[in-house]
Amino acid sequence: MREPDVELLWWEGCPSTERALAAVREALTGLGLGDVEVRMREVRTDADAEQVRFVGSPTILIDGVDLVPAAGDEPIGLSCRVYRRRDGRVSPIPDPDDLREALSCTAERLEVKR
Amino acid sequence: MSISIGAVAPDFELPDTVGGTWSANDSGAAATVVVFTCNHCPYALAWQDRLADAARDYAGRGVRFLAINANDADRYPRDSFQAMKARVDRENWSMPYLHDATQEVAHAYDAKVTPDVFVLDSERRLRYRGAPDGDYDDPGQNAQWLREALDAVLGGSEPTRAETKPVGCSIKWKQ
Repeated sequence: MREPDVELLWWEGCPSTERALAAVREALTGLGLGDVEVRMREVRTDADAEQVRFVGSPTILIDGVDLVPAAGDEPIGLSCRVYRRRDGRVSPIPDPDDLREALSCTAERLEVKR
Repeated sequence: MSISIGAVAPDFELPDTVGGTWSANDSGAAATVVVFTCNHCPYALAWQDRLADAARDYAGRGVRFLAINANDADRYPRDSFQAMKARVDRENWSMPYLHDATQEVAHAYDAKVTPDVFVLDSERRLRYRGAPDGDYDDPGQNAQWLREALDAVLGGSEPTRAETKPVGCSIKWKQ
């Protein structure tokens, strides 16, 4: 039994990092996982982006898996990421329900004690 | 250097996606809204419908909207001129979509992000610069800051909120 590994990849050219981090923390807290650390990882260069297959800021990895798996044709590079809310709206951060669902699934898989 | 509120904004001549050419000068326009935008930024996309609605709503009052994409298409192919044309063909645009391939216009306006909104009066003086409204995530805001500025300009007064902080993706400058 262990806690989920949550990592937020960000790029400074995109202003959504704080809002994304707040959304992740809110989802964790809502699931009783408020103590889980969110590791922040800055992607600075095109080479960094290539190395981690970065398709835009923010990218949230849960146990190394992209919360919203990128479509195969998403270009790798330093940009802001386009997400879709469940109601179809474009957003620079994931839908809170997607976030909660992904974290909840991981927590259940890991049988995390909350 | 930023254009000061009240200063005359730089003129330009840029091509749109359907073979036309547009200038900031138009003696017939009561006001001109210049919006730096692009294809790939979630902020620009989130605000697009609100800007398009404002363009439709104010067209009858002599206001014209000019959208400009200045991003470096070599590094961001989704902002290429071809991609701009494809987007206009696919979507219901209510304003011309201009290509600033050299980025000279974006530099002259000191545009920072997409979207970055500039409201010019009939003498091309800058009356408002900033975000369309206070929250990309709330369509109900309906480009309120921009609309307030336009209402003031059309009514012959100064916008009470002449500058706000533009919020969005950084302009992708050529390196």
